[in-house]
Amino acid sequence: MHELSIAQAIIDVATRHAEGRRVLRVEVQVGHLRQVVPDSLQFAFALVVQGTALDGAELAITHVPAAGRCRECGAERVMESFPLSCGACGSFDVEVLAGEELLVEALELEEDLLEKSRVSST
Amino acid sequence: MHRIKVRVVEDVLDANNTIARANRQDFDRAGVRVVNLMSAPGAGKTALLERALADTGDVRVGVLEGDVEGSLDADRLTSLHIPVVQLNTANGFGGECHLDANMVRSSLAAIPLEEIDLLVIENVGNLVCPAEFRVGEDARAMVCSVAEGDDKPLKYPLMFRACELAVINKIDLLDHVDADLDKLLANLQTVHPGIEHLLTSARTGEGVDGFRDWLVSRVRSPATA
Ligand SMILES: Nc1nc2c(ncn2[C@@H]2O[C@H](COP(=O)(O)OP(=O)(O)OP(=O)(O)O)[C@@H](O)[C@H]2O)c(=O)[nH]1
Ligand SMILES: [Mg+2]
Ligand SMILES: [Zn+2]
Repeated sequence: MHELSIAQAIIDVATRHAEGRRVLRVEVQVGHLRQVVPDSLQFAFALVVQGTALDGAELAITHVPAAGRCRECGAERVMESFPLSCGACGSFDVEVLAGEELLVEALELEEDLLEKSRVSST
Repeated sequence: MHRIKVRVVEDVLDANNTIARANRQDFDRAGVRVVNLMSAPGAGKTALLERALADTGDVRVGVLEGDVEGSLDADRLTSLHIPVVQLNTANGFGGECHLDANMVRSSLAAIPLEEIDLLVIENVGNLVCPAEFRVGEDARAMVCSVAEGDDKPLKYPLMFRACELAVINKIDLLDHVDADLDKLLANLQTVHPGIEHLLTSARTGEGVDGFRDWLVSRVRSPATA
């Protein structure tokens, strides 16, 4: 359910940036803390792209591990799972540094060079 | 045809957040504070509102009821004689399992903002998606019933971390369910250190005053992020 909403939002961002061009590949960064299941996101994406400018596009998901800085001892560590705690002293008082990403990083588009040169020369 | 790569680096939820900010400006202009109330289906959001909003003193409250379909919850609130607006995600929004900023935006005209001080938005029952979508609220609160088990904060940390208040409801059932209240509260604090919580029963009315006070005090507190 969650992944379906996110797939739709990814498609909205990609469609806006594609400006009418066909989208071949979408690269996204998904932070560990967003609780997105990659397989479910792939499945939802394949479902929602049907009939859009992204039909058939590949979705490349980069998983960003959660990382935090401990407010007690200052250690910076990767945090594997909930509850989020400091790997050095065990404190739960950690500031999240990474893992909340939900970004469209890049797109690969199909571009008509003739069309492009015609547009840019006018 | 040629394959080109374009760097984007845009938050997937940017578009939603932009509309949420626009909603927020409209609420601010009208002097209305907004609470986004979320929970798993059936945790008791509507039941708590039925009781808590029965007497809010001089604070005028309105409710925006988000549901996939139907107006059952809105109908339950009619006896309160307060403005209640129904928002169905099945109508033109593809039956979404959560409210987003655009849906709330489309309902703004139907909400008599000039006649209320506080708007409570009852989100669609779902412990995951609503946590991702800001709608223009000042505060987020969630209801977690003891019937759901004491492990829910650990399994749905996104929601528990997104809210500043957790209402632990159906405490009248504590003797009948396996959930351990102490464990539930401990799990809550590990997932979201410092989160405020209340213990309530919408059935007996226990603790509902505290929920009402929390809601009403939103109106007196300064605007937050
Ligand atoms: N025993 C008990 N039952 C409750 C309590 N609060 C709610 N209920 C019951 O739980 C059921 C669901 O309550 P609702 O108020 O509809 O829950 P909700 O969160 O609004 O549900 P959705 O809007 O469908 O997500 C109803 O049958 C309520 O009567 C409570 O504190 N104790
Ligand atoms: Mg309800
Ligand atoms: Zn530490």
